[in-house]
Amino acid sequence: MSRGLRVDWRAGISLTGRVIKWLSVPLLFPVAVALYYGRGLAPFLITVVVAVVVGATLERLHDDPSEALGAREGFLMVATSWLFVSLVGALPYVLEGTMTSYGAASTLRLPVNALFESMSGFTTTGSTVMGSIGFDHHSRALMMWRQESQWLGGMGIIVLAIAILPELSAGGAQLMDAEAPGPGLEKLTPRIAETARTLWGIYIGLTVLEIVGLTLFNQLGMAPEMGVYNAVAHGFTTMPTGGFSPEARSIEAFTAVVQWFIVPFMVFAGINFALFWHLVRGDWQTVAADVEFRAYFGILGTVAVVLLGLLYTDPDVAPLAGALEPAVRHAVFQAVAIVTTTGYASFDFATWGQPAQYVLVAAMFIGGSAGSTGGSIKIVRWLVIVKSLGRELFTLVHPDAVRPVRLGERSVDETAIRGIYTFTLLYLLLFVVGTAIVAIIGIPGGELSAFEAMSAVAATLGNVGPGIGVVGPMNHFIPFPATSKLFMVFLMWIGRLEIFPVAVLLTRAYWRT
Amino acid sequence: MRVVVVGAGEVGSSIAASLADSHDVIVIDVDEDRVEQLTYAEDVLTVEGDGTDLETLEDADVASADIIIASTNDDETNLVVCGTAKTVSTAFTIARVQTRGFYRTWRRSQGVFGVDFMVCTDLLTAQSIVRIVGMPTARDVDLFADGKVQMAEFEVLADSPIAGQTVREADRFPELTFVAVIRDGTVEIVGGDSRIRVGDKVVVIGSPDSVHAFVPAVVPEDGDGEVDGVVIVGGSSVGATAAELLGDRGFSPRLVEQDPDRARELAEALPATTVLEADATDEEFLEREHIGDADLVVAALDSDERNLLVSLLTKRIGTRRTVAIVDDPAYVDLFEAVGVDVGLNPREVTAEEITRFTRERQMENVAIIEPGAAEVLEVEITADSAIVDETIAEAMTDLPDGVVIGAITRNGDFVTPRGDTVLAAGDHVIAFVREDALDDLTAIL
Repeated sequence: MSRGLRVDWRAGISLTGRVIKWLSVPLLFPVAVALYYGRGLAPFLITVVVAVVVGATLERLHDDPSEALGAREGFLMVATSWLFVSLVGALPYVLEGTMTSYGAASTLRLPVNALFESMSGFTTTGSTVMGSIGFDHHSRALMMWRQESQWLGGMGIIVLAIAILPELSAGGAQLMDAEAPGPGLEKLTPRIAETARTLWGIYIGLTVLEIVGLTLFNQLGMAPEMGVYNAVAHGFTTMPTGGFSPEARSIEAFTAVVQWFIVPFMVFAGINFALFWHLVRGDWQTVAADVEFRAYFGILGTVAVVLLGLLYTDPDVAPLAGALEPAVRHAVFQAVAIVTTTGYASFDFATWGQPAQYVLVAAMFIGGSAGSTGGSIKIVRWLVIVKSLGRELFTLVHPDAVRPVRLGERSVDETAIRGIYTFTLLYLLLFVVGTAIVAIIGIPGGELSAFEAMSAVAATLGNVGPGIGVVGPMNHFIPFPATSKLFMVFLMWIGRLEIFPVAVLLTRAYWRT
Repeated sequence: MRVVVVGAGEVGSSIAASLADSHDVIVIDVDEDRVEQLTYAEDVLTVEGDGTDLETLEDADVASADIIIASTNDDETNLVVCGTAKTVSTAFTIARVQTRGFYRTWRRSQGVFGVDFMVCTDLLTAQSIVRIVGMPTARDVDLFADGKVQMAEFEVLADSPIAGQTVREADRFPELTFVAVIRDGTVEIVGGDSRIRVGDKVVVIGSPDSVHAFVPAVVPEDGDGEVDGVVIVGGSSVGATAAELLGDRGFSPRLVEQDPDRARELAEALPATTVLEADATDEEFLEREHIGDADLVVAALDSDERNLLVSLLTKRIGTRRTVAIVDDPAYVDLFEAVGVDVGLNPREVTAEEITRFTRERQMENVAIIEPGAAEVLEVEITADSAIVDETIAEAMTDLPDGVVIGAITRNGDFVTPRGDTVLAAGDHVIAFVREDALDDLTAIL
């Protein structure tokens, strides 16, 4: 405690330093890729050194940070970790752009763009400001780092830190709660580190399964473009509901088989990972009875069917109108990709009819399940909101009725319901205000419709990725001025951490009382 | 048999009185006055002392007892009595408990606490309420053979379609057997030509479906016999349990509880129930929730006076039937006299359950139709039974008068008894037995 502050900020920042220091380990993967392909090594070596030095320096702010770790320090640590990790993760983009001749043409050499791309990566958003996606102006190592950043952010860098660093186990539950998507945290095992390791284990397992599957299709000659590099790259961005692809045409670049194969993995990514743990233990009843799980499939199905109807009958979308398999495939793929907030595109949906695009933008507000890697508002919150609205109507007729809001067998605590209302209201407020800001700033020398601005804010706040029109799936966010880009960096950051851990830092009460 | 009853309160005394005619009964109680009173009132041996004390139990010679019944007012005491008795005796132990906590544990692992059979007062009372809900005009309903067979007693009112009919005319359901008519307190086994009169109570045994189907034949305006609007007043353990059991059976009862915390707790625990946080004696509330339109109001508050008040209040605004929990057995008749349709005394229900379980260990299930007049028994036919492999017609000649075979279950399936149905070992026979035939029947089986 110094100078009247009620937060031991040194402890919080010191732990952030520890996370930064450890970031050097995953940075070794692009180093290896650079060595293998013989291009783009230097930027990563420099970044590794910077991560270790910066991390170690910050770490020295406090002797025993885990001892001083309280609720407030926890919020500070989680919020700053995500910011600093994104800052350090942006370095390779800038360095390659300034140090190499081939990178000089890359839009990512500009720090604002690099930060946008890095934040979009770690928060698993998938919005890009990479002008020409491909290996002409970027090394394969850099492209792989872009993919890997999403994979690290998906299950959560704090969850990973808790799984690996024993000193975080004491306050770990709270840190995880601040980071994990969805209201409340389900502790699977008595030890939080064990829970964190279990979650990461499931995550790694599913990722490996997808990579092996994709490679297998390639070996069987069913997916010529899906080499090992692409298989790993897409394995890195499916399970975290990321959406980055080293292919400029996203998943459109691959065969129908690959597109179908990726769908179940996006679906898995939007499921509460605790359910996989129950399933592994043979407890399928818990999974089958889970209300959010059932609602999730109901929503995916509904969105897909509505899209299918719109695509199949719309003569303007020539390749899909009247063609059953492609219409089904793209409707299902895009419904899943948007609801889970993955943001892959199997088709340039910016060319679809207006109604289909409205459906997609509306779907951006649904989100995956709590405890999944998906972003946005989350299904469980919508369930609670809908049910509590039903209750309000019921108590209008029966003022004496006591009616708890139920999710399956469990009834939801009234404080939790209030929290859910607060979150959703803040989220929608951010969306409205954000849309106004982005629309007013506009695009210099270009056109930005209100709908496009809405889609851009919904896509970044909800960590979805692509929007509509000028920010459509085959376009990029480059036209926005730096102010809008930085604002969207903020939206991605606050959206990934589900508002509260960041918002609380902006209150006076947090620092002073 | 030697039966030791620990606790001479209302339950214990009632059990002792019922069993004293056919068994050797020893009653233990700490209260000197009660012990003395019972010694003169019933033909039983009494021991004054603490039933949880091994010495007292040995004074009562529990080692040679066949059955030990712990029926004090205190749940923990009853468990300790059974556990203690088990250390010196191999007798079958029966414990009475009030709330469902211990009962759940015991159900999970029967024999735990040294208890061989546990009777849960709140659950039994709630079950009685549920039976009344399911059968609007039935006075008494019991299930046998794991619910495959149902016995019901109906009162024949003036507008009943079966009034004036012969039994043969009224008995239109193949799976239903008319076993008896109770007329002016006497039990008559009925033949096909007996005529049913207004004021009679008819006893039928059959599959639950057929008994349900029979309801509209007795009282036409009930339609399908289902009761929809059930309101339980009071979130007591009995009230909550009744709501839970009704919910399990597909009803959506309303439950009125005044205490906000208890109301919230109940609302969380009972998904099928609409919990209302209100005072049920508040007329404005009764008006607002249209309690007057309810088919049945169950008053399950903690005091008899308030239960009476609620019953009469709701009855006055139009509720069709009311059931009140009556803690003091002396009030049951009084309540029913002033307008409450059914008064239920939990202790009486408990005593009846323990008595019927004790009566005859081979006889699995007993329902007492009119105390001292008739019973319905469930008996398993063993390989050395006198009537095994006989047809029903043959068996009837062996069995004493006053016995009617109402239903049979074989391997869990309902079998309609006909004259040519052959009784096999392992069959469960549900028989109506007049009291005077009871001893003869026990001897034959």
